[in-house]
Amino acid sequence: MTGLNRLYRIAIWLWFAAYAICILYPLFWLAMNGFKSNRNFFLDPWGLPEKWQWQNYVSAWKAGIGHYFLNSAFVTVVSVFLVLLIGSMAAFGLSRFRFKGANLLLLIVVSGLMLAPQVSLISLYKMLQMIGLYNTHWGLIVPYVAFQLPFSIFLMRSYFLSIPRELEESATIDGCSTWQVYWHIILPMGKPILASAALLTGMNVWNEFMFAMVFIEDSALRTIPVGLMNLRSQLNTDFGVQLAGLAISALPMIIVFILFQKQFVRGMMAGSVKG
Amino acid sequence: MMLKSSFSNARSALPFIIPALLLIVLFVFLPIVFNLYYSMFRWSAFDMNGEFVGLDYYTKLFRDPVFYIALKNNSLYAVISLLFQVGGGLVIAAILEEKIIRRWQPFFRTVFFMPAVISISVVGLMWQLLYNPDIGLINGALKAIGHNDWARSWLGDSKTAIYAVVAVSQWQYTGYMTMLFLIAMHKIPGELYEAAMMDGASRIRTFFHITIPQLKEMILVGSMITVIGAFKVFDEVYVMTFGGPGRSTEVLGTMLYRAAFRNDEMGYASSIGTVIFAITLLLSLLQMRISKTGREV
Repeated sequence: MTGLNRLYRIAIWLWFAAYAICILYPLFWLAMNGFKSNRNFFLDPWGLPEKWQWQNYVSAWKAGIGHYFLNSAFVTVVSVFLVLLIGSMAAFGLSRFRFKGANLLLLIVVSGLMLAPQVSLISLYKMLQMIGLYNTHWGLIVPYVAFQLPFSIFLMRSYFLSIPRELEESATIDGCSTWQVYWHIILPMGKPILASAALLTGMNVWNEFMFAMVFIEDSALRTIPVGLMNLRSQLNTDFGVQLAGLAISALPMIIVFILFQKQFVRGMMAGSVKG
Repeated sequence: MMLKSSFSNARSALPFIIPALLLIVLFVFLPIVFNLYYSMFRWSAFDMNGEFVGLDYYTKLFRDPVFYIALKNNSLYAVISLLFQVGGGLVIAAILEEKIIRRWQPFFRTVFFMPAVISISVVGLMWQLLYNPDIGLINGALKAIGHNDWARSWLGDSKTAIYAVVAVSQWQYTGYMTMLFLIAMHKIPGELYEAAMMDGASRIRTFFHITIPQLKEMILVGSMITVIGAFKVFDEVYVMTFGGPGRSTEVLGTMLYRAAFRNDEMGYASSIGTVIFAITLLLSLLQMRISKTGREV
């Protein structure tokens, strides 16, 4: 019995260790080969760099990653801000008020969760051209906000429902308007869920690829995911710099995730939605 | 009462809701209606004044052999992802909850989840190199264990390309499902396991008789998310193979993109959009039915 148990234990440890290596090694390989010269990369793609070429990372940054990085940062920060503001308002409206038609409105909002972005791709492309947002950062921000809102509203609304009603009742008696209740009670108390919504929205927007490719034409306005594709064709022969670029792009999300695991997990569970 | 009035009429609630509602209706729902309309015209990106063709594009689509390749590939994506992400994720989560490994759970779940936060273009471009026939790790590993004959151009061979692409999705998302199952498992009352233990039930038995029934809903929801996701696939295929070699890895998403932005057949692309809409809508309605009980909506 104990012998068998031991065997199980060893088998499980081997399996999990192998799985962990399958994930960590490619990422390590990516970052490490970012330090190699092209020659070194082709002769020995597995080993450690002969000479650590820090300038690959500098070159990748200068070859465009830096620029794409700033574009991504702008689009992400603005989108997250708007999703939090507009989303929390709607979540407040849909959780704290009782009126006819509230359920219908909620259903409309939450149905947005189900729709595949591909279906809207062509019409959005046409619409953005007509309203003059095509090939601008706002041409990404507006669709991103619209597509992220249903989930964020869903997430924040469930949390707002758990805030005790007595708080806003006493505030109303003290003469607070509904806007003051939203601003002074709901938002401060909802901070944890705002953080979750911000992280998940930020991750989805930072990594979004299809809209970013179709709605932006100008290379100077590209975000990182699409910019990397440009970089690949532009640096087709320089693997070290290319890999350094990939490493720079992956790093921020990995760091943010490790730092804020708890908030990520809370949001995921409430939503059970894959980006 | 006074306070009831301000929180119980629509007039004070609507200002909070309208901005979000407007954005969602205009930029999420309206485009779907337009898509349906566009699919009935022959038009190009630079010339909106198309000719009305009715349902011709749908007839064309159902006769297009690539459409069936795409459907097959999307389905393959769904089946393999169910197996690895839902099945595998569930088993891995259950083992992570075992005493022998629980101390290491935070480490393993963080590592397993990590690929899910990285952008698909980073993951796709990285795997393209790992699959590279000459310098890639995959062939290198096969050669190292003495299987030179297994080495091949994984993404360049139309027999293996779709599997190679699907494998990357498993690499990226199995940990995500594992995490969802772990969180759901933390909600199962411990007494259930204690009682089973007292009765002398083995771990395998408790897994089938306690864990799975208790997680039934999460498993169903997870399965639906996975299947819906499989029909929305676009990025990874675009980045790694763009539907090639030949059209062997084409999925509905890349087929739509190719029709619209390579071949400038916007009407045809819109008809593919309608099909994606129909499939995902059907699956989502199914998911809503299944998950109704668990949500506080």
